[in-house]
Amino acid sequence: MGEMIRVGMADLNICNSPNAITTLGLGSCVGIILYDPIKKLAGLAHIMLPDSTKVKMNENKAKFADTGTDLLLDLLLKAGAGKSNIVAKIAGGAQMFAFSSNNDMLRIGERNVEATKEKLKLLGIRLLAQDTGLNYGRTIEFYPETGELVIKAVGKEKKII
Amino acid sequence: MVSKIDLDHIEMMQYDVLKEIGNIGAGNATTALSMLINAKVDMKVPKVELLEFRELADIVGGAESLVVGILITLEGDIHGMMMFMLEKMSAHHLVNILMGKNIDNFEEFTEMDLSALMEIGNIISGAYLSSLSQLTKLFISSSVPLMSIDMAGAILSVPAIEFSKVGDKALLIQSQFGENDTEVNGYFILIPTLESYDEIMKSLGL
Repeated sequence: MGEMIRVGMADLNICNSPNAITTLGLGSCVGIILYDPIKKLAGLAHIMLPDSTKVKMNENKAKFADTGTDLLLDLLLKAGAGKSNIVAKIAGGAQMFAFSSNNDMLRIGERNVEATKEKLKLLGIRLLAQDTGLNYGRTIEFYPETGELVIKAVGKEKKII
Repeated sequence: MVSKIDLDHIEMMQYDVLKEIGNIGAGNATTALSMLINAKVDMKVPKVELLEFRELADIVGGAESLVVGILITLEGDIHGMMMFMLEKMSAHHLVNILMGKNIDNFEEFTEMDLSALMEIGNIISGAYLSSLSQLTKLFISSSVPLMSIDMAGAILSVPAIEFSKVGDKALLIQSQFGENDTEVNGYFILIPTLESYDEIMKSLGL
């Protein structure tokens, strides 16, 4: 068994087999996994917001769906991943609190998921699987060896996508 | 509007004021809680912390610890969020006391339990905010409370995301309370927007 590399909120990192990469308690944030199944090399970004151009304080690239995905891809390519091999899996983007329909502030999870998917499309990266939305938190673990994304949630069966 | 508070160079004086706000707010709220369950509830010295987002969940026992989070959004002269967080076990304990249940009952919450918890959140946050309002003479209106039972990290992501729009750190006024015998443990977390910090400071003549 390899090591488990931990990624925090507004943070990102990469890892290769036999190590694995995880982020704990994803709520409305989205966990973006990019990986090269041939090189068994993967990266995880824990993004908080959809769009870096809408925010003044945007120096931390890992905070946004757009710049976070770019930076993660960049790191993977530098580490030797093949651009055409790279595929994606995403999880998170929950709506943690039931809300009155017009409160945009609490619909952020949905917007994070949409922005992530748009960005992947723009980069020509295929989205293989997703476990997003609904109203609960997720802990995710990604294993570059098998390409499996393990999703754990409170009171629910472990899910592998 | 440019905030006078520079999060990276916050003055000692401002820290002290924010701490005092936590003290008074949480003091009032703890008294309300104490009366509600008819038992003594202790309060720890509040902490004012400037945290990176990735450190945020560590303050409440780790990103995966199970909590009941009650979230209130603030409007009026102060904008932001207020979060009342209880460890899941503590929440069970509170409900058991209030509903006259067996003290060892840790089965899933019923609808009735959930509305009791919501009401506790309402009363306690109300006590916190009304003392803040009295102190600052500012008008604070609060939304209907929203509740979620989940991992602390997931619940905290909601106020964290709000904060992430204006910065890379969150300044929070956090007060922990706990009762030794019965282990009712929880946190009040006040997260005003940057502009609201200015409002608070100004209202206190600083």
